[in-house]
Amino acid sequence: MNHAIEVSGLYKSFGGHTVLNGVDLVVPRGTVYALLGPNGAGKTTLLRILSTLTTPDAGTVRVAGYEVVSQKNEVKRSISLTGQFTAVDEVLTGEENLVMMGRLSGLASKTARTRAAELLERFDLTEAARKRVKTYSGGMRRRLDLAISLIVSRPVLFLDEPTTGLDTLSRRVLWEGIKELARQGHTIFLTTQYLEEADQLADTIAVLKDGQIVATGTAEQLKAQVRTDRVELRDAEDQLVSRVTTDGTIRDLLGILNDLQSRVAADVRVSIQRPTMDEVFISLTSGDKEVSA
Amino acid sequence: MEAPFSTKVPSSWMTNWVFIGRGIRHSLRDVDAMVMAIVLPVMLMLLFTYVFGGALDPSGNYVEYVVPGIILLCAGFGASGTAVRVAEDLSNGVIERFRTMPIQSLGVITGHVVASLFRNLIATVIVISVALLVGFSPAASFGEWLGAMGMIILFILAITWLFAAIGLVAGSASAASGYGFILLFLPYLSSAFVPTQSMPRWLQGFAANQPITPSIETIRGLLTNVPIGDNAGWAVGWCLLLIAGAFIWCRVVFHGRSGQR
Repeated sequence: MNHAIEVSGLYKSFGGHTVLNGVDLVVPRGTVYALLGPNGAGKTTLLRILSTLTTPDAGTVRVAGYEVVSQKNEVKRSISLTGQFTAVDEVLTGEENLVMMGRLSGLASKTARTRAAELLERFDLTEAARKRVKTYSGGMRRRLDLAISLIVSRPVLFLDEPTTGLDTLSRRVLWEGIKELARQGHTIFLTTQYLEEADQLADTIAVLKDGQIVATGTAEQLKAQVRTDRVELRDAEDQLVSRVTTDGTIRDLLGILNDLQSRVAADVRVSIQRPTMDEVFISLTSGDKEVSA
Repeated sequence: MEAPFSTKVPSSWMTNWVFIGRGIRHSLRDVDAMVMAIVLPVMLMLLFTYVFGGALDPSGNYVEYVVPGIILLCAGFGASGTAVRVAEDLSNGVIERFRTMPIQSLGVITGHVVASLFRNLIATVIVISVALLVGFSPAASFGEWLGAMGMIILFILAITWLFAAIGLVAGSASAASGYGFILLFLPYLSSAFVPTQSMPRWLQGFAANQPITPSIETIRGLLTNVPIGDNAGWAVGWCLLLIAGAFIWCRVVFHGRSGQR
């Protein structure tokens, strides 16, 4: 009850094809939760169920303490969704988009305009405020899209692949925006294909594969689970001489070093590398082994 | 610095008002649609009066006959844009966003319908103005003018709601405009341009009984004092039935889309 999102035993299939196959998850209030998964894993379907757009086949799903099917309207009052594809009105200007959404969220006309001006400023869109969205770049649209979902402050925010297709700079700007929202106490549930993004933003990362959550934890916990630390040997010119994977135990490391000592020069330097998030991701989503923190 | 969390919702009156404002802005900024709404009635009026008129009625009074038909033909063209706009809103995700908000999101369709009414009333005023310039001499009293306007509004609403439903089921803007073409053809198979009695017998049954014919006969009767008979009842009945049917169709499709994808 004290959690922002609670899902248990969630199933959803479309025309005989099972998309979500028993999802359980809990997101504590005020935390950032990143759902990671390859294309087709069911991320968007899960997000659509959480935001009342799709009805679950089985299981209980509560958002902000309300049940998504029987208390749809209460859920809608507590959430804001930024979809995978920007959903902005191209015919209107950026400012008109914000004012319209503000009024549709219950703000008086004057308040909506003040709030719109604040958000345009914050997302660096003030100059383009009176231009039609049709003329905006991809990054500007995405920023407007996020600004729209903040026009009133709903406690739970859903972001479906918020930075897909953005250049590095726009991505950083959005990340800062998301971090700021987390500091203000919003619960944020985001999906992403970028491990770095999950690593940067999330308190908890979950990996969704074939309709099930196959791993949950912090970035470090996930890395530890994968157990593919590597011993790297580099020569004086920093060229890689050898790379061997290890489970990280003393016994294994001694064995590796003894073995290498006879074959490499004495001035070769040794380092132990943690797996990158990419390796974690590939390991978790390609193997059949279930891991859990 | 941030406002505390809000769980506010707007009144349904406010929701519809905002959506109507949006629909009208969309109409005014769609230059093609506005040009079509203004130029098409003028062109059709002149075409039917000066090019076809002489052949269809050698006495030179064809303009008296054809005005109601052109009003409804233009209304069909004007309303067809609604299907395209609704399909666009659906495919670019705007409707999805509205549906996650705590509002009567069907209002987005109502907004487009009201905007279509607004566009088409402008077109109607233009048709009538041009008609008066080229010799149309209506014999209607003020009350009859009001009645004719009421009939025109009812017809615009009926055909616009139908186009809105087509936009919702079409799946894409180009499909919406394709399907909509069927509706645009209907005025030619009515008493809009020639009396249905002049058509082959197999066509007469359809032409005389489809909704556009009684609507046209009612407007014609009110403006030029020809007998209306039971046409007014049929016309109003048809239009109300179409509005109700298309509205329910829209609702079902609109809300039925959840659970998909």
